[in-house]
Amino acid sequence: MTNSLIEIRDLSVTFPSEVGTVQAVRNISLDIRAGEVLGIVGESGSGKTVTSLAAIGLLPDSATVSGSVMFNGVNLLDLNDDQMSKYRGNQIAMIFQDPLSALNPVHTIGRQIAEALLIHKDISTEAAHKRAIELLEIVGIPRPAERAQSYPHEFSGGMRQRVMIALAIANEPKVLLADEPTTALDVTVQAQILDVLKTARDMTGAAIVLVTHDLGVVAGIADRVAIMYAGKVVEVGPVEEVYAQPAMPYTIGLLRSIPRLDADPGERLASISGAPVSPINLPDSCAFAPRCPAASAVCLTKTPELINLSPTRLTACARQSEIFTLQESGQLFQQGPTHVGVTSTSDEVALEVCGLQKTFPLLKGSLLRRRVGSVYAVDGVDLVLRQGHSLALVGESGCGKTTTLLEILNMVAPEAGSIAVLGRDVAQLSKSERLEMRKDLQIVFQDPFASLDPRLPIGDAIAEPLDNFGMSQQDQEKRIIELLELVGLNRAQASKYPNEFSGGQRQRIAIARALALNPKILALDEPVSALDVSVRAGVLNLLAELQEKLNLSYLFVSHDLAVVQHVADDIAVMYLGSIVESGPVREVFAKPQHPYTQALLSAVPIPDPKVERVRKRILLQGELPSPANPPSGCRFHTRCHVRSTLSPELAARCASERPSLSASKHGAVACHAPLN
Amino acid sequence: MSVDQVSFEPAVERITRGQLIRRRFFRNKTAVFGLCVIAFMFVFAFGGPYIGQWNYSESDFSSLLKGPSASHWFGTTQIGVDVFAQTTRGLQKSLIIGLLVAVFSTGLSAIVGAFAGYLGGRADKATMWFVDLLLVLPSFLVLVILSRFYQGKTWLLLVVGLTIFDWMITARVVRGLAMSLRERDFVRAARYMGVPTRIIIFRHLLPNMASILIIAATLNVGGAILAETGLSYLGFGVAAPDVSLGTLIAEGTGAALTYPWLFMFSGSILVLTVLAVSFIGDGLRDAFDPGALRVKKNAKS
Repeated sequence: MTNSLIEIRDLSVTFPSEVGTVQAVRNISLDIRAGEVLGIVGESGSGKTVTSLAAIGLLPDSATVSGSVMFNGVNLLDLNDDQMSKYRGNQIAMIFQDPLSALNPVHTIGRQIAEALLIHKDISTEAAHKRAIELLEIVGIPRPAERAQSYPHEFSGGMRQRVMIALAIANEPKVLLADEPTTALDVTVQAQILDVLKTARDMTGAAIVLVTHDLGVVAGIADRVAIMYAGKVVEVGPVEEVYAQPAMPYTIGLLRSIPRLDADPGERLASISGAPVSPINLPDSCAFAPRCPAASAVCLTKTPELINLSPTRLTACARQSEIFTLQESGQLFQQGPTHVGVTSTSDEVALEVCGLQKTFPLLKGSLLRRRVGSVYAVDGVDLVLRQGHSLALVGESGCGKTTTLLEILNMVAPEAGSIAVLGRDVAQLSKSERLEMRKDLQIVFQDPFASLDPRLPIGDAIAEPLDNFGMSQQDQEKRIIELLELVGLNRAQASKYPNEFSGGQRQRIAIARALALNPKILALDEPVSALDVSVRAGVLNLLAELQEKLNLSYLFVSHDLAVVQHVADDIAVMYLGSIVESGPVREVFAKPQHPYTQALLSAVPIPDPKVERVRKRILLQGELPSPANPPSGCRFHTRCHVRSTLSPELAARCASERPSLSASKHGAVACHAPLN
Repeated sequence: MSVDQVSFEPAVERITRGQLIRRRFFRNKTAVFGLCVIAFMFVFAFGGPYIGQWNYSESDFSSLLKGPSASHWFGTTQIGVDVFAQTTRGLQKSLIIGLLVAVFSTGLSAIVGAFAGYLGGRADKATMWFVDLLLVLPSFLVLVILSRFYQGKTWLLLVVGLTIFDWMITARVVRGLAMSLRERDFVRAARYMGVPTRIIIFRHLLPNMASILIIAATLNVGGAILAETGLSYLGFGVAAPDVSLGTLIAEGTGAALTYPWLFMFSGSILVLTVLAVSFIGDGLRDAFDPGALRVKKNAKS
């Protein structure tokens, strides 16, 4: 067994709150070994962040901490803030989730990195600045000497995260704590940052603790993984072994319930029932028992502790000896049958968008505001959604996919192009016809915490569309119960306020509200991206089920290709305001024709270490250019990895002439030199 | 709360928001107490004159500046007017002025602010210019000048005057809140369902800013009663021999230490009224707010 760098023993962290004591971390023990990458995986509220904050002594004063965190023979929990400062940034460094708030906006980044060096090392200011520039180069910032003079706001999200990594490795720490370092970033940038983290590890030999909810990221980079649930570590082991043969039902459920890019299209996911528990006043029993299909009486008697499964693996389950047999006999989290997908063969068009454009003015001046330019948020989008199908609109943040969706839902004549809903051009609708048409096109928003009025009981929220179209009181009551049952809630919940529901339940309520008027088309704006991993599958299955039952057409906006592959029939890939490739999901994913689609697909992590580690990854250069000042010619040519392999004439054409979306083998592609 | 826990509850009739708020309000003991106090004030103000032996305009020359006694329960003034009769008469006016001004001005600011903030654009600009205009006008002076026209006429005109100059600041706050709520997804969802603007404002916007409106209304009650005092003190508003709570307090303050009954009764009634109103306000606010802890605790016990 390798020696441990940090030994966490019996660590407990509690916070006082108005509703009771929050047991954020409950009596956990964990080792961090020298030079390893340890992934700590858990949902929001599982205590993964609190654990890492406790190790670096950054918990708020209100927290009560017990146990020990041993580092080099010193219990870090015994140190006061001053003594701890000698370790922070020097021996143990932290990379935060949001690099914008982690960097000081009024100092140049060069100065911030130099500051970190000057605090811990006895070197001159010049030497520190020189070292800062070196560090920026290591993390892949172009023109580091120049960029060291820039302020954080002049960097994009991915670049800021690189700066954070440079800052963290400045003093060659023994341990790097990375708290969801890529969650706020797009997949193509995420791939870059993970790469930088690997470089950083190789350069410094530091152990990395990667706190995340994304099992795919862990599969690609981590050596060992610790799964946390409700403040407890429930399973620890080498990544390959845990992914190949998970031993704790929660891990099994998680791995089975996440959509995978390499799965069969349309496969119904296994789902974990219920919602994550809140860590308040937990009883002395297995916290996962209420959601566990293998739960028995013994699970409710006491909290299971971690026990050795093999020399390298630990698991906390009271029925640990039986789990594998149960799993083989198919009693745990079975994936459902592949859903039929498109049932009707109707080719009737539900929604058609042609050359849609939307620009936002860039204004200058305070008193007389004049237009100095335009942001081309949507610049020539063509979409066709057939009845009973789902069309996924994918792209990185800022590519204009949500703007497209909102333009469609506004149902007014667009700046340029046309929108036709169920065969009728929205520009020609009268006011009353438009109102009538709204019945057929409804939306489910991304964030279920913002899309329900916090001061309106959910029954009233679902009744709102019904009431608006003049349904009688009695019919409304009947319909509300019908809808609640349709989405898997019960009628007694109708008089509760949204704050009494979990994220997954709220999203179900939002779906019920959208379905109230029996729409034909449902626009889904990233419907699962704000939800906890373990409840996503439930919502996705519900959507698939509803589509079959009600013959709905889905316009699905997402940045998560794994989810898209799971729910959609057709796909349209968007880059910087326009569609670069479209076609049936199966074909596009198997044989992407646009270099951007190819890069996107290769950047999506697959939660299987065996597959993930041997995949060839295409790392895109840089980040999405600003839509206020788009590149000439093909919008993608500045980041294109294929362009360098083209003949000089063709490469010049990419930079000068904008390719139009033209029919290809399967669908359409906008590229001068399509792949495959 | 997870699905399986809830499924044990029996099927019940759905309760709408209105019913929920009412139920939560009446469960709050302090709020109900406040409501009782206000009700008692009305009974006292309007029933008092019938049990009192004196009229507020009569003078009893046999007892000048006497303390509370069997015939003059609250004592008498320098010219022998019965303080009990004065207090009830004053309370009649002040209660109505205070409550009406609070309700009207808060209502006006809520509606104007919410519409301006929600609609935005020109409607918003025009309204805010008008609000700024009213804000720079010295309201006290305007009321003093205008009082030539309403003096002697019904004092209810005073309510109108006080309302008109009392709503602007809250309206600006409300407008700001409306502008941020307008961008929220639930408002957007309602818009995409084709819900008309006025219903969105009353169903989604105003309930979500209920706490600020209630606080404004509560403060306005006391504010209006005292603002009326200010006017009356200058001889406008309520004119002698008629009285209001404000005028009584203003006159009695000077003698508060030597002849406490001149001041004590009207003063404590004012304090009690404002206190009761703020109890009601707190209760309303908690009833509107689904996250309010106190209501939940009461509901469980």
